Amino acid sequence: MAVTTPDGSTVHTSLGQGWGRSFDMKWVIIGLCIVVVAWLALIPLGFLIWQSFASTSTAQVPAVFTLENYATAFGTTDSLGLMFNSLKFAFGTAAFALVLGTFFAWVNERTNTPFKSLFFAMSIVPLIIPGILFTVSWIMLASPQIGIFNQIFRDWFGLATPLFNIYSLTGMIWVDGLHYAPIAFLLVTAAFRSMDPSLEESALMSGASVVQVAFKITLKLAWPAILAAFLILFVRGIESFEVPALLGLPVGLRVYTSAIYDAVHSYPSDIGLASAYAMALLLVTSLGIYYQSRLSSQGSRFSTVTGKGFRPRVSDIGRWRYAAAGIFILYCIFVVALPFLVLFWASLQKYYAAPSWAALHNLSFAAYGKVLAYPGFYGVVWNSAKLAIGGATVVMLLTSVICWITIKTKIPGRWVLDMLASLPLVFPGIVLGLSLMIFYLNFDIGIYGTLWIMLMAYVIKFLPYGMRYNSTSMIQIHKELEESAAMSGASWFTIFRRIVLPLLKPGLMAGWIYIIVVSVRELSSSILLYSPGNEVISIMIWEFWQNGQYIELSAFGVMMITALFCFLMVVQTLSKRFGVKDV
Amino acid sequence: MLSVENLSTTYQAPGAKPVLAASNINFSVPTGRLFTLLGPSGCGKTTTLRSIAGLERPSKGVIKAHDTVVYSSAGNIFVAPNHRQFGMVFQSYAIWPHMTVFQNAAFPLQVQKKRLSGKDIRDKVMKVLAAVSLDHVEEREATRLSGGQQQRLALARALVMEPRLLLLDEPLSNLDAKLRDKMRFELKKMQRELGLTTIYVTHDQSEALALSHEIAVMNEGKIVQIGSPRDIYERPANTFVADFIGTTNFVEGIVRGGTDDRLVVDTRIGQLNVNAQPGVSIGANVSLSIRPEDVHLSDTAPAPSSNSLFIGTVRAKVFLGECQDFKIDVNETQLLARAHPSVRTLVGEQIHIAIDPEKCTLLAA
Ligand SMILES: Nc1ncnc2c1ncn2[C@@H]1O[C@H](COP(=O)(O)OP(=O)(O)OP(=O)(O)O)[C@@H](O)[C@H]1O
Ligand SMILES: [Mg+2]
Repeated sequence: MAVTTPDGSTVHTSLGQGWGRSFDMKWVIIGLCIVVVAWLALIPLGFLIWQSFASTSTAQVPAVFTLENYATAFGTTDSLGLMFNSLKFAFGTAAFALVLGTFFAWVNERTNTPFKSLFFAMSIVPLIIPGILFTVSWIMLASPQIGIFNQIFRDWFGLATPLFNIYSLTGMIWVDGLHYAPIAFLLVTAAFRSMDPSLEESALMSGASVVQVAFKITLKLAWPAILAAFLILFVRGIESFEVPALLGLPVGLRVYTSAIYDAVHSYPSDIGLASAYAMALLLVTSLGIYYQSRLSSQGSRFSTVTGKGFRPRVSDIGRWRYAAAGIFILYCIFVVALPFLVLFWASLQKYYAAPSWAALHNLSFAAYGKVLAYPGFYGVVWNSAKLAIGGATVVMLLTSVICWITIKTKIPGRWVLDMLASLPLVFPGIVLGLSLMIFYLNFDIGIYGTLWIMLMAYVIKFLPYGMRYNSTSMIQIHKELEESAAMSGASWFTIFRRIVLPLLKPGLMAGWIYIIVVSVRELSSSILLYSPGNEVISIMIWEFWQNGQYIELSAFGVMMITALFCFLMVVQTLSKRFGVKDV
Repeated sequence: MLSVENLSTTYQAPGAKPVLAASNINFSVPTGRLFTLLGPSGCGKTTTLRSIAGLERPSKGVIKAHDTVVYSSAGNIFVAPNHRQFGMVFQSYAIWPHMTVFQNAAFPLQVQKKRLSGKDIRDKVMKVLAAVSLDHVEEREATRLSGGQQQRLALARALVMEPRLLLLDEPLSNLDAKLRDKMRFELKKMQRELGLTTIYVTHDQSEALALSHEIAVMNEGKIVQIGSPRDIYERPANTFVADFIGTTNFVEGIVRGGTDDRLVVDTRIGQLNVNAQPGVSIGANVSLSIRPEDVHLSDTAPAPSSNSLFIGTVRAKVFLGECQDFKIDVNETQLLARAHPSVRTLVGEQIHIAIDPEKCTLLAA
């Protein structure tokens, strides 16, 4: 057993004695986990890199080494525009979401604004309304042709040209930024809460006004955390697929993710080019994640955490609190009420029509019946359920062992394991889908075109989430709890199953539920991996959209949102301990 | 000048029972005086101080500073903390880590209503930094200061705004013992020189005794005694105060007789003479507090005087350098005594005890 430090050696000899008999079992499981994680995280990535240097092979001409993909991906004015668009979109989205989220965090944590209890409830909304439904609902609200807003302005104010155009960069930033704002809210709230309240109180006592305190003290102190939140949002923005695909592609406004989709789906598909785009995208996300992790680890200079448990007092912002509440309510309307209502409205129609008195006479539940009777509907739901539950279970169990290794042992090189399991953070969904697709097309082990490859994609994509949930609770398990079990003669496997896993339960359950919910709405990897016959829910919505079946889409969306909502409510009431939060 | 009348503050966390952290607090502090709130942890000192600062909103009462009402529940007046112009030093110092020493100290001048020129600000800040001897590190990042320097910076920041009232919440508790003594001395000197009306919060009785003009001892959200340090030490109003203010011997007894200014109390250690007190009559059960340093020990019998005299057996003694602590059995009751190192009596031997009637504090039993 490798022992590096005197401190480590005591741990290991004591564990080693207790586990002498089941030595094999322990190392088999650990070894297996390492191999699986390495396989999952590295193989597709490596192959993607290789593929980006290969020319397109045909039956006659085998693939050869080439830089041509990169020349096309980076060397043309077209590709420069693509990069520029991607950065502009991601930057705008992150900035918009951050401004909203930070404002709400400050209002919620530091002021006496009414309706504050709603803020946290609102932060699970992006979980409940999948990106594709949110985007579609905003098309129904603000597209130049069918958008309700535009019709209202035309009918009421006689405007000739549509006022809002969702098919634009601004529209894309608006929709994605609104959707990501709760993530910013949660991240910044965490930073505000870890602040020593007396830092702000002493500014107040110095005579600074509430706004001066906010800008000169609170925001400045939270700055590293806010910057880190910005980078996280930026990476999310650049990985975003639904919004660019639905809002950008129709008007030729392409970003990397939609360009990859385009390259794969054009005829003949250009895998080399898609891979080169994917490499560019990976470069950006890696940089973002790298700086974000550096920021988070070097925050010590500004570390403002004290042992004091009481929250800072809230400031009375007078009449402004109604303005703050107003902005928040407006936000709720934009992000929940209107999207849901417009989908609900559409689902009650026979043919899609904007709300009007005339259309009110045509209400029917026919669309729901149609969806329920849709060929393959139950298969699709069943596929999604299998994938979500299977993926969540695999991820949480796998990462529990990995976290145990990285946190509870002193095995040299365990940081590599930690890094491998966190590596998928930099894979945009579409890049992950692409790399798995290429790899298993070339090395046919019979999983391409089955649910298994999608399961693999989900497991890879959500590994980092599992790591986060498990490591938080693993750190809290005192090592003596395990050691006393070992002294009682339990084998490693028994200790893990009877002691570690039960103690991890809150984290395990929270992560499991979170992964189930995000799996059900996963689109960007699935879109490149599904094949007819094994669609999942999000793909079915995508297909409805492509076929122009808006009514069915809306009915399906309403059912899905309601189901997810009920699922979360049931889970929350079953156990108050499993906080489901998106961070 | 500060006056606090009938102040009560309640914490109401959502979904929790309200905590009455300060109840019916009354006191007033004349201009230029240092007033201390003293009491055990959790007794509501910080709450009272924060209510005066305006950082907590009291549930009732009146707070007046220099004849302006800053809070009145009846008048529905609540002046926001940033408009009260009270300087405050927090227990954690609350030095802003993203600013230099100079920027920290200049902040109150930069945010105040009255705009000052850059030069004026600089002059004022350097003057107060010099007063706390930090002028040589003005450009340093504030986090790169030692504990004592941070404490002085916090003080400078509170002083630079020329506050109407200085509020200090355990400002010395984060320092080590040596530094604490030194800073205590400097704090006292500065407060006396500037003549700033100051409210000082501490749970350290020796700090309170050393610094204050007047002390309010608090327990469970209430003030239990207000008085000068000497008053409180020598005439504790009840057992809690006597116990909290320092180690003391409590001796129970019954008043047997006496003259107009002297009472004779029968106790388990023998008859004790004490100063008479209004309202205590013959036959009453009383409790006496006698400080260990007021139990005079001698190897030989002392000359007769008005002091009560006893003989006891030394049970234990600890040599502390400047003094020795004794445990002495007198008629099967234990007395603590602090004596001069010259006392030579060994453990197990008999020792002579004299107690001055002036130093026996009579407490309501
Ligand atoms: N924000 C708060 N919310 C709820 N209860 C509080 C809050 N602040 C203080 N309390 C409670 O009020 C009581 C008095 O607290 P306070 O901080 O005034 O004590 P203190 O005398 O300053 O003690 P210490 O010497 O430990 O600082 C305590 O019981 C405390 O738990
Ligand atoms: Mg306190």
